[in-house]
Amino acid sequence: MGMTITEKILARAGGLATVSPGDVAVVDVETACLIDLSFLPEGWRKVLKVADPSKVVIVFDHLVPAPTAQAAECMQTGRAFAREFGIERLHDVGPDQGISHAVIADKAYALPGSVLVNADSHTCSAGAFNCAARGVGGPDMLYAVTTGKAWFRVGETIRYDLAGKLRPGVSAKDIFLTIAGKWGAHVNQNIEYGGPGMAGTSLNARRTLTTMGTELSAEFVIFEPDDTLIDYVKARNPKPFTPTMPDDDAVYKERRAIDLGTIEPLVALPDAVVNNSVGISEVAGRKIDQAFIGACCNGTLDDLAVAARVVRGRKVASGTRFIVTPSTEAIHRAALAAGYVATLMEAGAIVTPATCGACVGGHMGVLGPDEVCITASTRNFKGRMGDPSARIYMASPATVAASALAGQIASAAEFFQGDVS
Amino acid sequence: MRSGRVWKFGDNINTDLMLPGPYLYRDAEAQARAVFMNNRPGWVDQVQTGDAIVGGFNYGMGSSRPAARSLRLCGVGFLLAETINGLFFRNAVNYGLLACECPGVSTAFEEGDTAELDIDTWTARNPRTGRTLQVSPVPEQLLAMMLGGGVYPVLEREGLIAART
Repeated sequence: MGMTITEKILARAGGLATVSPGDVAVVDVETACLIDLSFLPEGWRKVLKVADPSKVVIVFDHLVPAPTAQAAECMQTGRAFAREFGIERLHDVGPDQGISHAVIADKAYALPGSVLVNADSHTCSAGAFNCAARGVGGPDMLYAVTTGKAWFRVGETIRYDLAGKLRPGVSAKDIFLTIAGKWGAHVNQNIEYGGPGMAGTSLNARRTLTTMGTELSAEFVIFEPDDTLIDYVKARNPKPFTPTMPDDDAVYKERRAIDLGTIEPLVALPDAVVNNSVGISEVAGRKIDQAFIGACCNGTLDDLAVAARVVRGRKVASGTRFIVTPSTEAIHRAALAAGYVATLMEAGAIVTPATCGACVGGHMGVLGPDEVCITASTRNFKGRMGDPSARIYMASPATVAASALAGQIASAAEFFQGDVS
Repeated sequence: MRSGRVWKFGDNINTDLMLPGPYLYRDAEAQARAVFMNNRPGWVDQVQTGDAIVGGFNYGMGSSRPAARSLRLCGVGFLLAETINGLFFRNAVNYGLLACECPGVSTAFEEGDTAELDIDTWTARNPRTGRTLQVSPVPEQLLAMMLGGGVYPVLEREGLIAART
């Protein structure tokens, strides 16, 4: 019986001939990423042994630069741990810092065909790199760092076959909102993306889709490998890797076809991501206090380019805050060089350092009582970005930027008229 | 056999409801006092040791934060839900919270009922209605951790991490 991509990677990493849904596989971890929150005193313990320091990555991302003494202390613990065990891949506050999933993408730490775990839930982000990547808890990270292993329950796989091309002004976030609205949660299931529509889907766009797979409650979310990916990784990471395609007779729970040309821009209503998507026309005109673009899913250079394009030569509405957070400082510098940061700032946006920041309700964009926000980030849960009475709508960077200009939820379609898809 | 008073919750109960963001940097006891403060204020004062949570589909969706630890510290004896988010389940294993999927559970129990859970036969029973449901078994090696206080004692025994000082 054939295996899906995720099953093949787990089997190989576990030294097993095959794995099937229902198995518990104990596998070798190629990359284990700790974050600042990993070093919270309640969860972290004095580590006595590290299985292989060269397989550990540390990225400070949730609250950086530290806004509180507690946040600063977590990072002190992390630095001391890195020193003690000779962990070289430490991404401290500075030019190589960013949101862990985006740093892992910038540096191509996620190797095709390998297993990666990270203490943040949006780790399936690295599935865009054909990597079996899963967000785990703090204790799982202690297990992975000290033993070099992780356990996974093997789930069934849903296969999405992408075909066609998105229309101008429509983005991967809209593909995600379509899936989340139509099919809802994928609890205990893996998601596999492939098909001819991949060719016109950038690595950044693929990463938006895989990152948001966390919000579908999926286990692993993974793309097929292609030359675009293989060239990108080879140019950045000298380690050998094994691009992994599904078997021809792989067994899927279901195959679903998505014609990218039919995807419409959507908005998720507040408080839940799944089963909560509506067309922009249903919510257009609702006044907003804040518009946010950022987080691991939507702070890519492509996202900043779209935002800059929408606001170029225009002004953010009076009384509306427009906050943009690049996912990494490398992206931040690239956006500076490309002129996107200047364009955004001239329009009235604030561009912050790279951090999870506003998405996690931590800092640099926390919402007050009864405020309304439209966000291109990962979550719109009640209380997620600040006060529990705040209302959080979720959409694509284009829709968020258009809404910032209008001071209310608005379509970005007019800014892409005349484009050829 | 375990038995506990039922607290019912709906579908898509997320981690941020169990462990609100502003409490991430607080100690575990303070976090446990904040459980469900935004959707069910006062619950932490009502829940008793050994009580059961009965949830709907996609219980525990969301972040890697240790929400399972908070439930355990609140005294929750066990949790049954239609389906459980995989990351929340991992934290349940690692922090020693007995959490199982049980198809049909959200309609078989009302708030205030008693739920009986038997992990030898993997069944859940409502003594008020007499109805018995199948519980999806937790794989043996994971169940051992779940019932044995989680993964920390395992790592301590193996000399991989220091005991808490």
